[in-house]
Amino acid sequence: MTSTLIWIAVGLFAIGLYLSWTAGRLDRLHARIDAARAALDAQLLRRASVTQEVATSGVLDPAASIVLYEAAHAARQAEEEHREVAESELSQALRAVFEDAGQVDAVREAPGGEGAATELAQAVRRVPMARRFHNDAVRAARALRRHRKVRWFRLAGHAPFPMAFEMDDVAPPVLADRPGT
Amino acid sequence: MKVGIVCPYSWDVPGGVQFHIRDLAEHLIRLGHEVSVLAPADDETPLPPYVVSAGRAVPVPYNGSVARLNFGFLSAARVRRWLHDGTFDVIHIHEPTSPSLGLLTCWAAQGPIVATFHTSNPRSRAMIAAYPILQPALEKISARIAVSEYARRTLVEHLGGDAVVIPNGVDVEFFARAEPKPEWQGQTIGFIGRIDEPRKGLPVLMRALPRIFAARPEARLLVAGRGDEEEAVASLPAELRSRVEFLGMVSDEDKARLLRSVDVYVAPNTGGESFGIILVEAMSAGAPVLASDLDAFAQVLDQGAAGDLFANEDADSLSDAAIRLLRDPGRREELRERGSKHVRRFDWSTVGADILSVYETVTDGAAAVATDERTGLRARFGLAKDKL
Repeated sequence: MTSTLIWIAVGLFAIGLYLSWTAGRLDRLHARIDAARAALDAQLLRRASVTQEVATSGVLDPAASIVLYEAAHAARQAEEEHREVAESELSQALRAVFEDAGQVDAVREAPGGEGAATELAQAVRRVPMARRFHNDAVRAARALRRHRKVRWFRLAGHAPFPMAFEMDDVAPPVLADRPGT
Repeated sequence: MKVGIVCPYSWDVPGGVQFHIRDLAEHLIRLGHEVSVLAPADDETPLPPYVVSAGRAVPVPYNGSVARLNFGFLSAARVRRWLHDGTFDVIHIHEPTSPSLGLLTCWAAQGPIVATFHTSNPRSRAMIAAYPILQPALEKISARIAVSEYARRTLVEHLGGDAVVIPNGVDVEFFARAEPKPEWQGQTIGFIGRIDEPRKGLPVLMRALPRIFAARPEARLLVAGRGDEEEAVASLPAELRSRVEFLGMVSDEDKARLLRSVDVYVAPNTGGESFGIILVEAMSAGAPVLASDLDAFAQVLDQGAAGDLFANEDADSLSDAAIRLLRDPGRREELRERGSKHVRRFDWSTVGADILSVYETVTDGAAAVATDERTGLRARFGLAKDKL
């Protein structure tokens, strides 16, 4: 009798330990998503700022400047639920304006333009990177959260179900000359 | 930035991953970053100042061959000590799925972790069985890098998730500046790789040779690499054997000079390649490249624009293509030019900047690397010292 009780206690203890470990895993994944999201926000903001800088510098023709300024402004001001659309439109605007390499050269030749062009190239390359890392974390968290043990024991607590950030982040080819990234 | 790099394979044994890590570490140090590499190594081997030994690797049968791996309490303790002493901003693990230092570090660390997946092994049964063990460790990786689009695809299929593609780096200038050797010039075909490793494809090239030699009477083959030379030419008619020259293991300088000298560099590999660094080195040296049409090779060669491709394992297709190249100096010149332009994106200046971008992206929103106390029992019951 006693030995049965002891075995039951040991079993419960082991299950508790496993659940606590899983909760720790989940907690770590949520922290990773938060960090990845912060990094993605930082990159998106950087991209919009540099675009605005280039647009207001007067280096590009007025039409291109207005297109870029509008798109960058909209991306920075967008509400959370319109963010993905606004950022995608900024990507499209950048692709349209920097379709020919001449525009990039024009920016580079302007005083202080070399720095701005490099920064813009860096920003358009890092946005897809940050987004991929973010969505990778989201996928891992979702996979774990869908598991029975997490749902039955409510290990996720009140954390909202993580959402991927979907947008068109294809960089203008002249700015990001890299294979397959 | 303080960067900790984890090398899963023995530092004493030469290999692609080890060279990549050495070059990356030296590139980052030149840029002024602090780098520490944790690698398995014998205690007697002299190590560069930035390498920390994680003890001797033990040869174990794994995944169909004998791998030298690190595991056990001693290795785990060394990993923890390295993490603790290093106070890194970011750690970069190579091959995190191999049951060695990479996996141990994944278990022991928390914070910004970057991982590079080099090989694209087809899914093995061991991997499926180990999935529940691997997953909690792989979940900690904040950024995954695949060395090619092909490696990325296998990664997505087998482990889920996504990765950015950053190719392996090459010091393009080193190869471009090498001095050609006159005795290695003049209708020469080059091959570099293990002679006795069928996957490297020397047997395919040997089958193609009689036709190439018949069509191009001055043509010669230069082979650099370890292995049994007698056995390699056994399939070749005796009168042709004198036209195959074995150079044995060559130094980095000689390798560059060989690639500078040859008229065609042939890569007949039959499989198991996820990148093909040798092709990039050959193009850097301005050698016209002829490679089998493996996915990874086709990608490095820009789908055939920067080098010629032949049907994998098809000796006739190889000999046709080689004869065409040896006959046509114009085509060789064209490939030389395109190759030299194409390799710029594999130069360390480009690849290093991309890897640094990844480091900066993952450290942007995160704290520094620390040992993961949550795996300790005490922490689980709130008995560990307050970590917040």
